[in-house]
Amino acid sequence: MQSTDITWVIGGPQGSGVETAANIFAGACAGMGLKIFGKREFYSNIKGEHSYFAVRVSDKKIRSNINNITMLVAFDAETLFRHADDVYPDGAIVYDSELVQIKADEVSTLDEEYKSRLTKLLFSKNKELTVQGMIDLCKDKGVHLYAVSFKGILANLSEETQNPKIKTMFRMLNVIAVSVSLGLLGLPPATLLKSVESVFSTKPQIAEVNKQAANHSYNFATVKFPKLKYTLPVITKEPNTILVQGYQATGIGKIACGCRFQSYYPITPASDESVFLESNEVFEVTNNRPGSTIVVQTEDEISAIGMVIGASLTGARSATSTSGPGFSLMAESLGWAGINEVPIVVTLYQRSGPSTGLPTRHGQDDLMFAIHAGHGDFPRIVYASGDIEESFYDTGKCFNFAEIFQMPVIHMMDKFIASTVATCKRFDPNLIKIDRGKLLEKIEGDDYKRFAFTEDGISPRSRLGLENGIFWNTGDESDERGHISEDPVNRVQKMDKRASKLNLVLKTIPKEDQVVSYGVSEFCVVSWGSNKGPILDALEMLKKEGLEVGFIQIKLLQPFPTDHVKSLLKGVKTIIDIEANQSAQLGSLLNEHLDKKVDYYILKYTGRPMTCTEIYDSLKKILENKAEKRQVLTFGA
Amino acid sequence: MEPKLSDYKTEVHNDWCPGCGDFGIVSAIQMALTEMKIPRHKAAIFSGIGCSGKTSHFINVFGIHTLHGRVLTFAQGAKLANPEMTIVVAGGDGDGLGIGAGHFVAAGRRNVDMTYIIFNNAVYGLTKGQASPTLQLGLKTKSLPQPNVNQSVNPIGLAIASGFTFVGRGYSYDVRQLKDLIIAAVKHKGLAFLDVLQPCPTYNDINTRDWFAGLGNIDQTTRKSQPRIYKLEDTGYDPVVHYSSEEEVNEKLTQALIKANEWDAKIPTGIFYQNELIAPYEQRIADRIPNYLENPPADQPISSGGKPITDISKILDSLEV
Repeated sequence: MQSTDITWVIGGPQGSGVETAANIFAGACAGMGLKIFGKREFYSNIKGEHSYFAVRVSDKKIRSNINNITMLVAFDAETLFRHADDVYPDGAIVYDSELVQIKADEVSTLDEEYKSRLTKLLFSKNKELTVQGMIDLCKDKGVHLYAVSFKGILANLSEETQNPKIKTMFRMLNVIAVSVSLGLLGLPPATLLKSVESVFSTKPQIAEVNKQAANHSYNFATVKFPKLKYTLPVITKEPNTILVQGYQATGIGKIACGCRFQSYYPITPASDESVFLESNEVFEVTNNRPGSTIVVQTEDEISAIGMVIGASLTGARSATSTSGPGFSLMAESLGWAGINEVPIVVTLYQRSGPSTGLPTRHGQDDLMFAIHAGHGDFPRIVYASGDIEESFYDTGKCFNFAEIFQMPVIHMMDKFIASTVATCKRFDPNLIKIDRGKLLEKIEGDDYKRFAFTEDGISPRSRLGLENGIFWNTGDESDERGHISEDPVNRVQKMDKRASKLNLVLKTIPKEDQVVSYGVSEFCVVSWGSNKGPILDALEMLKKEGLEVGFIQIKLLQPFPTDHVKSLLKGVKTIIDIEANQSAQLGSLLNEHLDKKVDYYILKYTGRPMTCTEIYDSLKKILENKAEKRQVLTFGA
Repeated sequence: MEPKLSDYKTEVHNDWCPGCGDFGIVSAIQMALTEMKIPRHKAAIFSGIGCSGKTSHFINVFGIHTLHGRVLTFAQGAKLANPEMTIVVAGGDGDGLGIGAGHFVAAGRRNVDMTYIIFNNAVYGLTKGQASPTLQLGLKTKSLPQPNVNQSVNPIGLAIASGFTFVGRGYSYDVRQLKDLIIAAVKHKGLAFLDVLQPCPTYNDINTRDWFAGLGNIDQTTRKSQPRIYKLEDTGYDPVVHYSSEEEVNEKLTQALIKANEWDAKIPTGIFYQNELIAPYEQRIADRIPNYLENPPADQPISSGGKPITDISKILDSLEV
């Protein structure tokens, strides 16, 4: 049987319910047992700017988006202007028939830069600068076009249900669009209705009218139009499958591994996680009374990290979540946690910088900053997750690292993982280990020293409130008790004690948690973070053509596992660095730590995540010896 | 065994200048802890940066010497994670009202149950005497190259406007009154603020001990110098909000602001404003999470035999397809 691989894109003005529509679509497909990988793109705007959701659906495991669109759904002109040209020649466009006369100049949210590129495209094909021109362009390629009067459907439904209100319920256009699409793709209607019900589960009345609309539009599509050649197959649903977004995975990871305090300042794309934690602040605990996470929204990120440090000093597992601009503000306190050996976790959801940059867009610009943030020399761990599933399990590991090695841990996430929705195997909390390191439960005697010199550099850790465990902390250099000391000999001992923990990190963390190898061959990709998904999908595409490319994913980025990476890359002839920033930050780490230098760079910094198509194309160029040393990827609206 | 004053003293060498007003504040904190019999491991001093930042090293309870301007953030995190702790925060005027002013205001809005003492000497001592936010406009203390060009901030007024539910002022050379104020502040349910006037003998040659004692403050009728400092309680002033009616709250806030504006010839000390009818932050959490105070973050068990014991199955169920 030929495998299914469909990319469905819905677009519209921000605030018009694009996300709801995508959730219904993804939920319905996942309910059929299909695998989902969906990404959200949106402007830094509340209402009006163009947002879209690209949902890829397959019966095989998928980990990324592709360039082309199988079915585009548009109820506004901008969606057609921006995406119609990406639809496969044998794909489909479902659009509002009332849009065709709209000129590009009338769409105020189309920026000049894009409009000039669009003009060039349409002009080169002799088409006018209107929606009709765009439609004609697609028609010439063979794209199936479905002009639907969405308002007409509303009117018909209003008549059919004898509910005059429905006629103007334009919020339901999304549900109508999804339902028409699923009708064309041949998905059983019961699954659609179940998904509508689930998305509106907290609002039963709204659910009811939306179900009526879904049913009506679904039937409309199946009666009026012939089915597409692309259809969604009925397959067996794998048990224990969840549909989850990255920020939820990290949030659930925090709850599971015992994070009981989180403070944050609102910032995209990090605050979704804190809001999720607050929404789930109380939970059951086996053989215990209910537990809770205290989530505090602070006045700024400086306060957020200050509170985390304070909470951690009481022995509670504590964290904050932020993005680049917020992390910049945390740098000074990070050093305080470093010199005082306080276990804290900073979940850093990267976005495109510098400064405000592209505040709602993807990027991996902050690797070097995470490694170096703060003045002075102090040890920290920088650890990067590659996808949603990893981010759940890695969250638990990060808290262990923080407590075992008594240092700040920066858990690198990014906008791509945060706002991607994907089907995953249900997370298994039994696979999480909790190791609190040298945290003391009880102390006898009166000679406790918080920073006692020990063989492994790690001192037994007391906490605020523990009897006989009184200690002092200071941002100044200090003696073993934690009192200020400017003694030169003590200074060297303390600096060396703290620094020595980095070797212990490399010795203690299991090799497979430091670097994941997916096999190496003559050509080998080295990457980090969320590029993992598109890289693995691209390698699979190459493999189908008999082309072998290796891949190692570096998760532990500070301290850098030099020896391990060297040994993994031993037989490799060509190193290809793939990452989502302009200056190839991992590449510079590789060049610094390895004997070999990076041969090729594949970089993307448009603010949009890589697709597997793009990586496939650029790797192929390298294999064919036709590539520039540095390839810059640009796909995506 | 009854705790003794000496139990709350460390042997750390105190390197403040001779005659520094900070000594009186440390003594008052130690006396207050002794009198309240707070077990040493149940108390923590959080301090900021500057001369006052060293306070935590001189007191024999948990001592967390934090960053410039950030002390309130560290302290609030600790208190919310372990609400059983008695937390006293010590910081300078530049620390709390300059670099940390945003945290000052935000802390007032939260009303976490702890005590915040500002060591107010109107100069940045440890960096050699620059003007702090509480130095009056036009004053030229001895190491300033030019007279101060900024208006001074009114700590009492700012605390009241920010929502602190206990606002008082002490004087570092009246250790007994200061000790009583600290005890009242610690016992207060909510965030208590104490502005402590603390002459800097090295860099503030204007607001000196003699100045506070009346130097240059000549009574027009008696032709004698009058002490500038007086106690609100001696004037029959009632700072407490008893019923929380809008009228009463307005009256108490207004009288406190009027008193906050007194300076120079007559400087009030004592409690300006107290309102325990506003719920502390901890209570606001407990209203949502019923067992928060008995089972706070610091005390919650999270694992058994190295495995998590938190049940996440309900959340995962909601994500099942």
